[in-house]
Amino acid sequence: MNPRRQKRLVAVLAFVLLLGGAIGAMLYALQQNIDLFYTPSQLIDGMGDDKVKPEIGQRLRIGGMVVKGSVRRDPNSLKVSFDLVDTGPLVTVEYEGILPDLFREGQGIVAQGVLVDAKTILASEVLAKHDEEYMPPEVAEAVKGIKHVAPKDYQSYGQPKSAQPEVVKPETTTPETKKPEENKPAGQQP
Amino acid sequence: MWGSMFRWLDPYAKPETLYHLCGRLLPYLMGLAVFTLVLGNIWGLAFSPSDYQQGDSYRIIYIHVPSAIWSMGAYSSMAIAAFIGLVWQIRVAQWAVLAIAPIGAVYTVIALFTGAAWGKPMWGTWWVWDARLTSELVLLFLYLGVIALAGAFSEAARGIKVASLLAIVGVVNLPIIHYSVEWWNTLHQGATITKFAKPSIDPSMLWPLLISILGFALLLAALTCLRLRSQILIFEQHRPWVRQLVDSMAASGQKEQN
Repeated sequence: MNPRRQKRLVAVLAFVLLLGGAIGAMLYALQQNIDLFYTPSQLIDGMGDDKVKPEIGQRLRIGGMVVKGSVRRDPNSLKVSFDLVDTGPLVTVEYEGILPDLFREGQGIVAQGVLVDAKTILASEVLAKHDEEYMPPEVAEAVKGIKHVAPKDYQSYGQPKSAQPEVVKPETTTPETKKPEENKPAGQQP
Repeated sequence: MWGSMFRWLDPYAKPETLYHLCGRLLPYLMGLAVFTLVLGNIWGLAFSPSDYQQGDSYRIIYIHVPSAIWSMGAYSSMAIAAFIGLVWQIRVAQWAVLAIAPIGAVYTVIALFTGAAWGKPMWGTWWVWDARLTSELVLLFLYLGVIALAGAFSEAARGIKVASLLAIVGVVNLPIIHYSVEWWNTLHQGATITKFAKPSIDPSMLWPLLISILGFALLLAALTCLRLRSQILIFEQHRPWVRQLVDSMAASGQKEQN
């Protein structure tokens, strides 16, 4: 390689490495702020090495799995409340409005709202999170034991303490008696 | 050693040779692209089974995932071309940067738009500032930056040089886009197929997706050939070979009219 090319090569590589390093360091420093949401354990135990806890009244997002049997609907309004869990403690979310179609017990969701006390969030927006698995209903039934229920078939919709979760796993058909510890989400879903 | 390893590529650095090579490849690439895109999309949109959770809404995956993958693939090719153009001062590589940038930008817009259209019914929102969505938006701005910088100088060569530097630096964003769903918690789900594990998608849905991904790749290659040809003509318009080409085309065109 002739010296002029070599000089240009070194200059370009040095420029890219320096800038890449700077961006890498920035992202590392901003790590906690890039996370979209707190998980319930981060909310209650604190986040990161310093165990920083959010303050009451702070606007934040919380993400976790909807605990089976925890969805309570107000029969006269759109008010709904449910518990979220990841691997540890429970957090309660209160919300008034229309939930996304994918919302169901056992589903991962992300709610945005205000922390009203240590374990309760008054949400202004609830978003559903889905996983990266795609399969036809028959396969889902065979592999995961998930049976699809058409919306018209489930009359319990809208009743308080919804007794009929849409996603029924064979081994967890008694949601009301479940302790949160036994209700750990499968997989890495936050 | 480096010099001898890539010596066989030298003829293609000549604009005229590359122009004719692109011209020969173009019909095959375009034909295959149209075929695989039609096959993959009709199979995916009409014949593959619907999803157990998302029903038919998931079918936008057949456009969203290929365009998102190749928005990043186009960026890497553009950055490699920029690197060769900067260090070895190969002019056709510099023109390739200009040729690829708008195609990649359009792929990124398609990925962002289909993502929003998918997010609304499934997540419940068009947009959320999570790491994956934001870094993909940054990719669009990088493309627009490269296009704008290349055109911002009265001296074209200078513009290409600066745009090439931006294109190379922007490569930092590619691993950020890919790993954003692992490094941070996001609303966007993790990778389905671009990982070192079994794809988490049923084979009946995977095949049309792979065909569609191949189709978007072929379309990218075909459009790059097309645009590179016109870039070569623009930058070489004063050369004798382009004059000859134009004259011979004019002559054959007149013959056809007669």
